[in-house]
Amino acid sequence: MVSFETDPSRYRHWRLSVDGAVATLAMHVDEDGGLRDGYKLKLNSYDLGVDIEFHDAVQRIRFEHPQVRTVVLTSARERMFCAGANIYMLGTSSHGWKVNFCKFTNETRNGLEDSSASSGLKFLCAVNGSCAGGGYEIALACDEILMVDDRSTTVSLPEVPLLGVLPGTGGLTRLTDKRKVRRDLADVFCTSADGVRAERAREWKLVDHIAKPADFAKAVQERARALAATSLRPANAKGVALTPLQRQADAAGYRYSSLDVALDPAGRVATLTLKAPEKAPAADIDGIVAAGAEWWPLRFARELDDAILTLRVDHAEIGLWVLKSSGDADAVLAAGSAMLRHTDHWLVRETIGLWRRTLQRLDVSSRSLFTVIDRGSCFAGLFFEIALTGDRSYMLDAAEDAPAVVIDEFSFNNLLTTVAARTRLALRYQDDADAVAACRARLGQALSASEALKLGLITFAPDELDWEDEIRLAFEERTALSPDALTGLEANLRFGGAETMLTRIFGRLSAWQNWIFNRPNAVGEKGALKLFGSGSKARFDWERV
Amino acid sequence: MTSIAYGERIPNNVALADNKVLQRALEHWQPRFLSWWKEMGPSDFNAAEVYLRTATSVDAKGWATYGSVMMPDYRWGIFLADQIPERKIGFGDLLGQPVWHQVPGEHRSTLRRLIVTQGDTEPASVEQQRLLGHVAPSIYDLRSLFQINVEEGRHLWAMVYLLHAYFGRDGREEAEALLERHSGNRDNPRILNTFNEPVEDWLSLFMFTYFTDRDGKYQLKCLAESGFDPLARTCRFMLTEEAYHMSVGMLGLGRVIKRTAEVMKEIGSDDPEAVRRAGAIDLPTFQRYLNFWYSSSLDLFGSEVSSNAATTFANGIKGRPDETTAFEDHEIRNATFALESPDGETGVRREDVPMRNAVNEIVRGAYIGDCEVGLRLWNRTLSRANIQFEIRLPSSRFNRTVGVWAGNPVDPSGERMSNEAWAQRKAGWLPSESDRAYVKGLMKRVTEPGKVAGWIAPPERGVGTHPPDYEYVRL
Repeated sequence: MVSFETDPSRYRHWRLSVDGAVATLAMHVDEDGGLRDGYKLKLNSYDLGVDIEFHDAVQRIRFEHPQVRTVVLTSARERMFCAGANIYMLGTSSHGWKVNFCKFTNETRNGLEDSSASSGLKFLCAVNGSCAGGGYEIALACDEILMVDDRSTTVSLPEVPLLGVLPGTGGLTRLTDKRKVRRDLADVFCTSADGVRAERAREWKLVDHIAKPADFAKAVQERARALAATSLRPANAKGVALTPLQRQADAAGYRYSSLDVALDPAGRVATLTLKAPEKAPAADIDGIVAAGAEWWPLRFARELDDAILTLRVDHAEIGLWVLKSSGDADAVLAAGSAMLRHTDHWLVRETIGLWRRTLQRLDVSSRSLFTVIDRGSCFAGLFFEIALTGDRSYMLDAAEDAPAVVIDEFSFNNLLTTVAARTRLALRYQDDADAVAACRARLGQALSASEALKLGLITFAPDELDWEDEIRLAFEERTALSPDALTGLEANLRFGGAETMLTRIFGRLSAWQNWIFNRPNAVGEKGALKLFGSGSKARFDWERV
Repeated sequence: MTSIAYGERIPNNVALADNKVLQRALEHWQPRFLSWWKEMGPSDFNAAEVYLRTATSVDAKGWATYGSVMMPDYRWGIFLADQIPERKIGFGDLLGQPVWHQVPGEHRSTLRRLIVTQGDTEPASVEQQRLLGHVAPSIYDLRSLFQINVEEGRHLWAMVYLLHAYFGRDGREEAEALLERHSGNRDNPRILNTFNEPVEDWLSLFMFTYFTDRDGKYQLKCLAESGFDPLARTCRFMLTEEAYHMSVGMLGLGRVIKRTAEVMKEIGSDDPEAVRRAGAIDLPTFQRYLNFWYSSSLDLFGSEVSSNAATTFANGIKGRPDETTAFEDHEIRNATFALESPDGETGVRREDVPMRNAVNEIVRGAYIGDCEVGLRLWNRTLSRANIQFEIRLPSSRFNRTVGVWAGNPVDPSGERMSNEAWAQRKAGWLPSESDRAYVKGLMKRVTEPGKVAGWIAPPERGVGTHPPDYEYVRL
């Protein structure tokens, strides 16, 4: 079992230091600290364990160090920034493990950009040594790249020439969409195993700034300060300690304080029951800050995040996640309205950011998501937004004790947008403004199954007599379908309309990368990924497909 | 043995009283069924008292209990054969695994389609036959018709029960649609084409009950093997009733042959025109009717090579008839079947296809063998009368509109021929307009108990405890 929980006292691969508004996160990967046996993490290469620490460090900077405005990402090794994902780890991993690993690392890198855009936590990549593949993709996710100009250090994306695969964490997409690198130059760059030295890298827009070794430290400080000046983060705020999660695990599933995950391995179904707070959580800033990690919105989002990551990595065969809820809808609505009242406070802002990124994890999970709105449920406000992540939804139509759903502002404002950079409602209705307006007219009202059905907010509304059978059959039908076809189908349908950088990254991950990574030219006996480091040359099937 | 609860609004042996979902669905459907019956069934005879059998239990003793009843008051209900404890799936990839007592979600749509297709034929045949009561050749035959009609109605109930009990809202919608499609309706026809053919005369009715109901028998036998136990149990019980319908066909056609042989002897001629002048059905016309209904019924088994058949077999949904007793290999993973299909303009190609894909053809083969039984009896009648005429089943390639032989005309012996030759010669092999007009002209209503029309011999035995001349229907 993989745990996504760690803390700085346990880091083996990163060094985190905080100096006023600037934090430095230096990579120093322990060669023998791989998550699994069978490979050494040489040359600051990373595996999932390294990235879990990276993710934790960024999360702690967000919440525990609110005064930090710029994070300098760099290496604690001489002349070696990062060689990217460990190739021997990739070579010995199952395809599913690789893709799940890529998904998590992508989400971590997307999270840097998300924090920069929404809460002004800026990232400066100080490339102080060789920076290849996934190493350069970390750099690409930062606001600025400062590269040492020592006549030997290069940046590179050598996946195609060395491994016969593509960069897996958005490298190609960010080259064009974010850094606006000309496509012919990008073509040259991505087919060169050696990469590009500093001068040319700046010329080709692969990096923003370069500095000689002697000036490098000073340049880092200057750029870090310049970025900090653009930040929204508070100067004198006390952080909130991210205390360990309360989680009990056994064969039946996971129980968190605000979430229950029941596993049915035979049926290949996991049921996630979201629990409303028992009473309305603190609504004033002092109360919110005093509650800290115990403030229900923060606690819930951390627990849901952990549940998603754990289900993904430990239960690959559980293909259907059923989203249910229980408790007092008013308490969920009250939590949401407290968040909406204080969006300018850093802790609330960071909590909303965590919600946004966690819901985006649901959106891009390669699992079927069915929302089941049963008696006693509380899909209101924030929870209804989670209901909307479902590929489809079932709501009980009953005469007595009928469940209701409530939409609040979160379904209309841009705080919890999807990776497609639109609200889930807009995506749901394929940007039909009238349909969204019809929902808006019912803001805050308890909607019955028939009303929700009429508005198109749910898919099916079976009555009491049909309920159990309809649900059972729906689950059985779904779990009998090809898991690969479903992954492709769901990814297609979840993000209709215009693409964003993130939909492109995830779309390519689940389509092109899945294909290329499975082809004999990469993973066959004579495939490039398989033979990497053996000295033998890959033998390709030259047929273009 | 499960007894049938007749005290309830819907007689049943499925503990309907304990199942509110099902009870609500069926009670909602019941009035719609009755209005369909009154509109599309043998509606002009609603006030007649008919001597009908009704099941009081599903065992040998109780399934046929006779009494007089007006048809709209017939107690249609839900009867399943008793559950076989510990029953296992008997064929396909899941051989030996426990049967399903619920629909597996994975097979929901396949099972629903099979049940709807089977269910659609039941009311279709009632619609096809709705006017035949006016031209019944005897009161005895009129009773037979109504017995078949009410039982087809009950078979519809059986399929609707499955749809209501196991398929939720989709199932209820399909059950409604079963009453909305109508035989021969241009905009909303029955699913299978044979069930859109009009049955306007009693020769056709006997052909239909002999050949087309026999297809039903084989479909039910295949479904009685199903791993979906409620379907298997439903079909097992339906088979007992279906056997009666086929016997109506077999005895009816036998009586036609018997009467024709008598007439030929009386007039001392085998000239069809002379036979017709004497008011009987000449043997060539009989053969043409047979050719038509037999070939049309063969189409109902589907294509010779079928991926659907392979899938339903592999998944334990639909087996072969008498799967347990008639076959040794219940998986047929590697076996092949030698299939004949048209090759070029005139040839015939033989090729081996995977046995699972040929299940339709295997079932069709069993059906063909079963069809021979009646022909042997009828031909014995003819040879005893020293008539040099043999009733034959045409080749299974003949006049097909489904499968590899569709659009490739052959003569009744199966020899290939050009489309032009077929157009010229088919009138000799299939009923022509004038044949139909002649047969229709013979249809005159006979209502006096014990009397029969001149084109058919009287029955040899009565029904239940009554002699043949009993007043089975009180008009």
